[in-house]
Amino acid sequence: MDIHEYQAKELLAGFGVAIPRGGVAYSPEQAVYRATEIGGARWAVKAQIHSGARGKAGGIKVCTSEDEVRQAAKGLLGKRLVTHQTGPEGRVVHRLYIEAAVPIARELYVGFVLDRKSERVMIVAHPQGGMEIEEITQTAPETIIRAVVEPAVGMTPFQAREIAFALGLEAGLVTRGVTTLLGCYRAFRDLDATMVEINPLVLTKDGQLLALDAKMTFDDNALFRRPNVSELRDYAEEDPRESQAAEYGINYVALDGEIGCIVNGAGLAMATMDLIQHAGSSPANFLDVGGGASPEKVTNAFRLVLADPKVKAILVNIFAGINRCDWVAQGVVQAVRELRPPVPLVVRLAGTNVDEGRRILNESGLQLVTADTLTEAAERVVTVLKATGRKTGNAKA
Amino acid sequence: MSILIDEKSRVIIQGFTGDKGTFHGKEMIAYGTNLVGGVTPGKGGSRHLDRPVFNTVKEAVRATGAEASLSFVPAAFCADSMMEAADAGIRLVVAITDGIPAQDMMVVKRYLFRYQRDRRTMLVGPNCAGIISSGKAMVGIMPGHIYMQGKVGLVTRSGTLGYEAASQMKALGIGVSSSVGIGGDPINGSSFVDVLRLFEEDPDTEAVMMIGEIGGPQEAEAARFFREDMRKPVIGYVAGLSAPKGRRMGHAGAIIRAFGESAAEKVEIMREAGITVAPNPAELGASVAKVLAAGTKRVAVAT
Repeated sequence: MDIHEYQAKELLAGFGVAIPRGGVAYSPEQAVYRATEIGGARWAVKAQIHSGARGKAGGIKVCTSEDEVRQAAKGLLGKRLVTHQTGPEGRVVHRLYIEAAVPIARELYVGFVLDRKSERVMIVAHPQGGMEIEEITQTAPETIIRAVVEPAVGMTPFQAREIAFALGLEAGLVTRGVTTLLGCYRAFRDLDATMVEINPLVLTKDGQLLALDAKMTFDDNALFRRPNVSELRDYAEEDPRESQAAEYGINYVALDGEIGCIVNGAGLAMATMDLIQHAGSSPANFLDVGGGASPEKVTNAFRLVLADPKVKAILVNIFAGINRCDWVAQGVVQAVRELRPPVPLVVRLAGTNVDEGRRILNESGLQLVTADTLTEAAERVVTVLKATGRKTGNAKA
Repeated sequence: MSILIDEKSRVIIQGFTGDKGTFHGKEMIAYGTNLVGGVTPGKGGSRHLDRPVFNTVKEAVRATGAEASLSFVPAAFCADSMMEAADAGIRLVVAITDGIPAQDMMVVKRYLFRYQRDRRTMLVGPNCAGIISSGKAMVGIMPGHIYMQGKVGLVTRSGTLGYEAASQMKALGIGVSSSVGIGGDPINGSSFVDVLRLFEEDPDTEAVMMIGEIGGPQEAEAARFFREDMRKPVIGYVAGLSAPKGRRMGHAGAIIRAFGESAAEKVEIMREAGITVAPNPAELGASVAKVLAAGTKRVAVAT
């Protein structure tokens, strides 16, 4: 799960990371109020969307008067920001963060990630902040500072010191650097994050070390024990169908294609998408109904897929291990009777209780195409798709 | 022969009396697994599926001599159940449970390193389908009937895609020595390399099918291991060729974040190492058949 910049900053501040003064605003009036509250003569008005590279997309305005703050807020609220991370559809700005603009002397990069190779928390740092770390990894990998945390001990002060010196902090600022690094680590560990990034961490002209931008991502599997994190979820940032799917306990990712997929198991779901592409069509979604696919859950899966207007055919592909084909078949029958899908349907069942499952489908008298193997399933769904295409064509003629 | 488990392996289930433990316990017994009991804290002293129930894994090991354990313990407590099994001397822990926090797994893996290599517990999973040695024993949740006895080892991240491979192979008359699901989480117990090493050493495994997916470095590590340390042929497949970058595809670990983590990049790394890669998921069995017929480590397959 991702959160907004201002939320990440508030969390990190609780762990001793210094941040510029700031406050969230939902309207231009609130933005001006925040600016007066913060004081000073320069403010940054920052669009809060779940994406980096907001500056380049025009999502951050530096203002020197209250009127400028008001104008900037007016311009940003409700605007659709497109960054290279949001995709072409972009994200609509609903919240702003108003922050004291600080005089910057140097920009640094500090990131904490769950490294899959070492299976440890890895700290990645660089003396030049503001750039994207992926870019530096490509162009000058030898300049990246890395350290790995021993999980039984946690990040040690000496590791933090080594990094602070490697970042080129002068002796007087090293203690601040260590506090910042250890604070980020404790936030990572205590909040079950999978990523904490401060880019840039700035050294100000008056000698402060401040997190100017912050990003945190959390482990979805650990949200059950982090209520203070899960309450930060912003549903406006998510595809509504994906939020709906999460409520049903279904894994769903919207894609751009025309064949709706209902599959059990993430691997088989991906493979089904690959096969549809291989057969010359394209998948409309990733959907894993998961283990324990009750008839109700299968019906809900149909609801999700049918809510996508791009879907021209549906492929159900179930290889039951922990699931049972008879349950899934009952679900398919229930869903078709209840929802009356306007598109053709191909069902492939295999595994536990497969004979019973096929019997239920065959005796239902419903209009559906069945398949025994993966090859048949892909061929048949592409065939029915083409057939519907022709039918529509004829009707028009 | 087979790897990790056979009909003699003494197995217990952690989370024995729950719905999943009961359903799959029955299936395992029916398949011929030597299920000697189970653990459910608070239900010790009772019997379930005609087998003894214990409060702790230590008691179960003492009373039954159990060597392997299958955990269905819910995600919030599953990491603890794995460490309990390791501490009780269980040599093989298979965790089916999905949804375990990544930091819990980091702690579990660190915990397992308390023991010297020769006494160390092997962890398989979590978020996996388990292990089956065809015709001998099943410690997992797979439909046993789709595995024909034979000489091809199977190692997969995804459970259901492993079933798909086994059934395609069976349809072509190709059997499986053992099948191991390593699971879809970003931090898991055993890697592809760990399992490939066991198959390489198993005299009755002639070739291995390895099924990966997007995310993480394990397929690339396996490709390096194959090139440097294996004599047996490996047939591969990577799911997620059509998956977009940065989106999590169901499994916690199935997400492309870094260079080399996409399916296309993994396929290229595997092909360069000499692994035969199935061109699409409907040709998993056919690709194995082709390699077996050629009888050499590396086979050129036109794509």
